[in-house]
Amino acid sequence: MDLLLTLPIIIMTAATPLLLAALGEAVAERSGVLNLGVEGMMVMGAVAGFGGAFLTGNPWVGILAAIVAGVLMSLLFGFLSLTLLTNQVATGLALTLLGLGLSALVGEAFVGQPGVRLPTVGGIDPLIPFSFILTTVVGYVLFRTKTGLIIRAVGNSHAAAHALGYRVIMVRYLCVMFGGACAGLAGGYLSLVYTPQWVENMTAGRGWIALALVVFASWLPLRILAGAYLFGTISILSFVMQAQGLGIPSQFLSSLPYLGTILALVVISGNKALTRRNTPASLGQPFVPDR
Amino acid sequence: MTKTETPLLEARNIVKVFGALRANDDVTLTIMPGEIHAFLGENGAGKSTLVKMIYGALQPTSGQFRWKGREIITANPSVARHLGIGMVFQHFSLFDALTVAENIALAMPGPYDLAALSARIIKVSTSYGLPISPTSVVGDLSVGERQRIEIIRCLLQEPQLLIMDEPTSVLTPQEADQLFVVLKRLAREGCSVLYISHRLDEVKGLCDAATILRHGKVVARVNPKTETAASLARLMVGSDIHAVRPTSSATSGQSRLVLADLSLAADGPFATTLKNISLTVAAGEVVAIAGVAGNGQGEFFDAVSGERPVGKDMLWLNGVAMGRASISTRRAAGAAFVPEERLGHGAVPTMPLSQNMILSRHAVDESLVKSGLLQKNGARDAAERVIKTHDVRKGKPDPEARALSGGNLQKFVVGRELDRTPSVLVINQPTWGVDAGAAAAIRQALLDLARAGSAVLVISQDLDEIFEIADRIAVISRGELSPAKPALDLSREQIGLLMAGAHEKKTGAHSHAA
Amino acid sequence: MRLEKRAERSDAMALASPFLALVLTVITAAIIFLIHGDNPFHALYVYFIEPLTALWSVEQLLVKAAPLVLIGAGLAVAYRANVWNIGAEGQLTLGAILAGMIPVMFPGWQSPLTLIMMMLMGILGGMIWGAIPATLRNRFNANEILTSLMLVYVAQLLLDWLVRGPWRDPQGFNFPKSITFTDWQLLPYLTSGIHLGVVIALLAALALGFVMARTVKGFEITVAGLSPRAARFSGFSEKRTILFCMMLSGGLAGLAGAIEISSVVGQLQPQISPGYGFAAIIVAFLGRLNPVGVIFAGLLLALSYIGGEAVQTALQIPDKITRVIQGVLLFYVLACDTLILYRITSGKSA
Repeated sequence: MDLLLTLPIIIMTAATPLLLAALGEAVAERSGVLNLGVEGMMVMGAVAGFGGAFLTGNPWVGILAAIVAGVLMSLLFGFLSLTLLTNQVATGLALTLLGLGLSALVGEAFVGQPGVRLPTVGGIDPLIPFSFILTTVVGYVLFRTKTGLIIRAVGNSHAAAHALGYRVIMVRYLCVMFGGACAGLAGGYLSLVYTPQWVENMTAGRGWIALALVVFASWLPLRILAGAYLFGTISILSFVMQAQGLGIPSQFLSSLPYLGTILALVVISGNKALTRRNTPASLGQPFVPDR
Repeated sequence: MTKTETPLLEARNIVKVFGALRANDDVTLTIMPGEIHAFLGENGAGKSTLVKMIYGALQPTSGQFRWKGREIITANPSVARHLGIGMVFQHFSLFDALTVAENIALAMPGPYDLAALSARIIKVSTSYGLPISPTSVVGDLSVGERQRIEIIRCLLQEPQLLIMDEPTSVLTPQEADQLFVVLKRLAREGCSVLYISHRLDEVKGLCDAATILRHGKVVARVNPKTETAASLARLMVGSDIHAVRPTSSATSGQSRLVLADLSLAADGPFATTLKNISLTVAAGEVVAIAGVAGNGQGEFFDAVSGERPVGKDMLWLNGVAMGRASISTRRAAGAAFVPEERLGHGAVPTMPLSQNMILSRHAVDESLVKSGLLQKNGARDAAERVIKTHDVRKGKPDPEARALSGGNLQKFVVGRELDRTPSVLVINQPTWGVDAGAAAAIRQALLDLARAGSAVLVISQDLDEIFEIADRIAVISRGELSPAKPALDLSREQIGLLMAGAHEKKTGAHSHAA
Repeated sequence: MRLEKRAERSDAMALASPFLALVLTVITAAIIFLIHGDNPFHALYVYFIEPLTALWSVEQLLVKAAPLVLIGAGLAVAYRANVWNIGAEGQLTLGAILAGMIPVMFPGWQSPLTLIMMMLMGILGGMIWGAIPATLRNRFNANEILTSLMLVYVAQLLLDWLVRGPWRDPQGFNFPKSITFTDWQLLPYLTSGIHLGVVIALLAALALGFVMARTVKGFEITVAGLSPRAARFSGFSEKRTILFCMMLSGGLAGLAGAIEISSVVGQLQPQISPGYGFAAIIVAFLGRLNPVGVIFAGLLLALSYIGGEAVQTALQIPDKITRVIQGVLLFYVLACDTLILYRITSGKSA
């Protein structure tokens, strides 16, 4: 069947949004910030991406709008959790709830409208190779440059970083914004490539899977790449099996990505040595400078 | 050594206010080039505060600093480093997930070249006799080795003033001697050292000048070589503290706490494994466990208190095997525990004192908890009782634990346990970060408890304190415990060697080379 | 603008913060209405005030508040211990499934016991679904936020399969619904609009409030959230606290699910809750993580649901505005809470 030929491409389109969102969140978490609002930023990116492309006819405007939406949402999160020192878990949840609600409201006008696709070459859109490049860049910056060293230092001990004179809050803001841009872009990918239309809640939990992916991959870019493709494959497999009519209830197959996420979390988190070495030690703890 | 007219660093009329607290009150300090200058004062006198301002990590409320005669403002640590000021903190600013080279790179300005930096690290560290490997992950290193990183980090920037904050509190006596050799060499080469300490014997042997701080104010400027340890102590504290009265070490009592080959695996990559620890504490005696931080004291306390279970027969309380028993069961058997950290472990910082009473006694005290219901009035009365008995100073009637000063909170936490007259008391770092008056009161209370018939086990990093109150002393090193010997039979030198364990290289004759 | 830590919590701000947040939310809502082209004051009236003016509407309010209060109270307790149960929606669903099992499998059994069994099964379903993330955290250190959330999707898919497959009403014209419940499979009504679930929710919240304030269990949960090491020092097992909190909040969410299907929904179908499990998260925070405060917060959030429906009918504003207002409210609550521990000062330090 020519399903076999297009299968790799379909898997790539399924994996790419996960990869993008997880890379961004990994950078934020490496600096010590836990942003649970990925789902909210992603769905806002999706509606902004769709709206931008729909209103101008140009999918690249949509991509830009998606990124901007993600950054703005992340700034809201940053202002509350980094400047006002609110509880990061609660604030991230609030961001998700707000994002889901706001996108639904704004997207009312776009329901049922035809979408604008990104141009593709042989079925492959430009963001797929971009996601690979981004993986390499993030890995290089994090582990081979002073910028990355500073980010990792802030995530390991914000007190020590501050004592050395580094501006912890500024570093975290920038990392959070990068996370927002990536999440927004991932959302835009969903509404401009994966299924070029707008449907309420179209992220369907991918933001949460991306969060799990970051933990599963021990905050390492190459492992995130592998994990994203693993999850992408599981999702697509479930669709394929449904299409084949194997007699397995479709709902069970649809639940595979979610069950798979739980399994992945259990396997990785249970390995204490692995998690302790790599977990950014100050993850989730607010930094209060005493001047 | 020629002394030029212009001081290297001057702090003039420095004031720093934190809310209601005047941490530094009109402090003036002068350091000459090539001088090792001691900065003395007890815990909480304000030394760290002033030094953080010199280094740019904090800003003064008023006053000025002068560097080589010119007024300066150290707006942040980079400015200070640029001037030539290096600082080795008491609590290291190290990143334990990163390597030595990466840690040092973070403190160095300029382009990022790990290879070149690693070569320089090897060169400088071997030259000064403080060898360290650039690729080690900091989390794997001992406390003494971590301090080396901090020192080398400063040395690489060719400082003219090196500030050291309580450097020997984490070192064995032998490691401290090594450090003094390095500092004297630096002074000879023209680098001044500002040496913060409350250890008077060290200061006398090492420093050329001393400024003494008490309650935020400068009370004296002296030459420590011409003073005695006693005169320095009096200047630091203001009056003679009455010495703790040791009484005869009567140990005719039965064994109340017995540890038999106690072993416990480390529960993380940065923790210590306990190996075959054996110890007996009898009624009426104080046994002290000496040791430098990071050798398993915390793990030991967790095993004895019951926060981490061990083999059933590894621990016996009043004759009953309790290795697997919970902390509440051990308390019911008559034991009481005071952990190292008062805020966040021994007490909940944002809870009022009355509720903190309930914290350690809800399972054993009916006046606090009855049939599962909290007795708020009973808790308040009990708290009042402890506050009165142990002279705990506080503002409002039932304040949050974090509103108390370190000394007062420690008095409360210790008093809370003593109020039950436990038959066994285990206490970790009884007077860390506590002012001298409260410390003396606490040590006396421990002695009184022992003389009344209880078994008291003290874990401490403070050798002075140990010699003051202990009948027998054991030393913990890398998770292993030396046999406990009577205090009268042990010298500081011997304890220092036991602290260093079998793993330290034997250094040559440790003389204070001039 | 700088934040300066207060020496002690400001009790005044702790009380004022939710009101301040509410005021800010109302202002924001007015702005949204303005952008939509409506008279903000009229829209605010329709949204917040009008639902309180008619009896039937107030009864609706209480009925909608019941699940929010029930779930929110349980979540408040769990969050106090830093156990982040985000999967209440899934626990609600499982509770509904297990409760619904009784009428579906024993449609002829009509006795007061039927109803009681349904409620108990609902609690059981929620407890099981809550115990899973707790166990995964205790044994494998897996983050309960992610696992409980993943289980929401799993539960919903399970329900979907059941009502489309084995539990579909054969007389239902192929609609994905179970048989409709009757007699003792439904909660009795106290007045024309208010069913027993409202009373259950109120009693549960008050009971939890008592537990938190006056018992050792409440003390354990409070300490666990403030200081895990102190909790261990106190003799409380962290694992048992986590399991208790997840099973308590899960059980209450399951009970809410059972209540919903035996009252307003009256059967099993793919959608049995308009997101109560998630809205309850907001309720918990708005209620200051205090079960009694949750009662008032639940009423407020119920109002936001009804207001949303009202502005949709009266002003053609999509009822999705409700979720936006709820999200905005949570943001303001969190932001205003900062003022409890910190004071805002202007300017830089000397």
